[in-house]
Amino acid sequence: MADYRKMWEELGMDLETHDQLCAVLPQAFGDVYLSQENRPEGMDYYNMVVADIHGIRPAELIEHQKKGGKVFGTFCVYVPDEIVFAAGAIATGLCGGSQFWVPGGEKVLPTNTCPLIKASVGARLDRTCPFFRIADMYVGETTCDGKKKAWEILGEDVPIHIMDLPQMKRAKDIKAWAEEIEAFKKVVEDFTGNEITAEKLAGSIKLINGKRRALERLYELRKNENLPISGCDALLISQIAFYDDPGRFTQMTNALCEELEQRVKDGVSVVPAGTKRILLTGTPLAIPNWKLHNIVETSGGAVVCEEMCTGTRYFEHLVDESKTEVTDQINALADRYMNINCACFTPNARRIDDILRLAKEYKADGIIDVNLKFCNLYDTEGYLVERALKEAGIPVLGIETDYTDSDAQQLRTRVSAFIEMLNN
Amino acid sequence: MDYVGIDIGSTASKVVARGKKELEFVLPTGWSSKETTHTIKEKLKENDIDVLSEDTRVVATGYGRVAVDFADYVITEITCHARGGREMAGDHCSIIDVGGQDTKVILVENGMVQDFLMNDKCSAGTGKFLEIMANRLGVTLQELFDMADTGTVLPISSLCTVFAESEVINYIGEGRKREDIAAGVVDSVAAKVAQLSQKKSLAGRIILTGGLSNSQYFTRILSEKIGREVEPTERGRYAGALGAALLAEEKSR
Repeated sequence: MADYRKMWEELGMDLETHDQLCAVLPQAFGDVYLSQENRPEGMDYYNMVVADIHGIRPAELIEHQKKGGKVFGTFCVYVPDEIVFAAGAIATGLCGGSQFWVPGGEKVLPTNTCPLIKASVGARLDRTCPFFRIADMYVGETTCDGKKKAWEILGEDVPIHIMDLPQMKRAKDIKAWAEEIEAFKKVVEDFTGNEITAEKLAGSIKLINGKRRALERLYELRKNENLPISGCDALLISQIAFYDDPGRFTQMTNALCEELEQRVKDGVSVVPAGTKRILLTGTPLAIPNWKLHNIVETSGGAVVCEEMCTGTRYFEHLVDESKTEVTDQINALADRYMNINCACFTPNARRIDDILRLAKEYKADGIIDVNLKFCNLYDTEGYLVERALKEAGIPVLGIETDYTDSDAQQLRTRVSAFIEMLNN
Repeated sequence: MDYVGIDIGSTASKVVARGKKELEFVLPTGWSSKETTHTIKEKLKENDIDVLSEDTRVVATGYGRVAVDFADYVITEITCHARGGREMAGDHCSIIDVGGQDTKVILVENGMVQDFLMNDKCSAGTGKFLEIMANRLGVTLQELFDMADTGTVLPISSLCTVFAESEVINYIGEGRKREDIAAGVVDSVAAKVAQLSQKKSLAGRIILTGGLSNSQYFTRILSEKIGREVEPTERGRYAGALGAALLAEEKSR
């Protein structure tokens, strides 16, 4: 591992506190990941990315800035990366997934705010994450009340642009989202000094679609009876997709998929035959939140799909690549992004359709509906989700949890009992 | 063959043996599940059951199940309670288990767990809540129920045990009758358990298991809250251990 202390120091980070985080991550990663058997060799790349999570990629982003490039930090799968990359800038996901940052967020936010928001605010204000230091501008959105107010607090510390995401999906809402993308384009152009032309936008649409195709290919492989990759590993890849260089990520993921396709041909599986296949649905699992996957996969189950922002919501549906005028391209972007089904919309019946479809495609034996504590939207929608699954005869377990490990044993009991129930 | 079910709960550990020798006993879990496990082993030995013998099958369950290092199988308390509950109420039943640190609702259909629910990690609506309140009032659990039976419910609105305790302290400070406070305490737990139960469609006979399972008073209040009859069970606290012993037998076939 290279020494990045100088870089962190120059970023104005709180090195002493950050050292504590650096001290616990390898242990957590080792326990969850390196203990797995029969991992694909292609995982080496992602292992390396995580091992130097606050080193390699931040150094690349700083290199980009030294050449005059800008970095945009985002928090949501509705924010179109295509616009950022078309302006020669880089977009990087910033969602916090560790309890480490939560107390920092609680200094300024109410306790009953979801851990993702608390961790994100804490990571910025406590200066303990290089990505949060590097981003020149944050891009927020209006997906929930907690975030809307958090932007106002973060906005005092860092430039932030907020996109107004509609809450319904009528024609006029999709049009409104296209207008928001148009306005975002103007902001990015002004901030970077680079014009976004149709040609550049066509290029970035292809680039990001390439990433989506690679993830789709990976997920397709998880539909096999013989599971070529664990849920933990697939989750890690989904999480890394948010901040890695998109071109390289696509290449590495496609290379991994080749290995996995060979495994499928050879009938290789990472789990014994008959292992219960679990689909997770609900709130996102930001890096390094591996808690539930780890519990499921050490309790006799295998996670085969995530209907989550860190999962299918991130890559399903491509942007139409055939448009040649900026206006048409923006409409195509709006169409694609408004196809994502998040609980912040009403009604959101299409998410339930998605879950039912995915359960069938991935041959799920059971579904776990996961809710990050204090996410009122997903929690409330859970009632409709669980009812629909029951009606369809699919066993479902509802779980509410946060980033702490304090409930790990209780969760293990619930998950083990759920898997025992499926085994009967 | 001896089939032994060991249920290490947060408050009490229950043991049921079936087969060659029939036996059941309960002891406090104390501070160490490991030590309790050792005591259980010795106690079984006194009764001619050697847990290490080839002729003994042991299933461990409950929150301290992993501490039972001599267990042949480790099975969650949901599956074990369902199996034990089935033995008490038949193949179609609903089991409400009020335990020391959690409350579970288990639906059994055709002899199998069809669905279940556990309370969140906090202790509202569990035996722990009653234990703390009884301590605060300076009485035993049985005395708490007896007192509650003659009292008029004083509302305890807080769901959190710590806050509810403050409410009880306020009532004590105001000089309210202990009977009325006790009635309020039991009513509050029953309401919380009923609320949890009603999230699932209870079907068939509904039985109460766990440490409060033979309390006629508690089941009466709970039945009123749920609007359906909840039956007390004489040996309900052994439901998990009994289920574990039955599963030990079934698994070795």
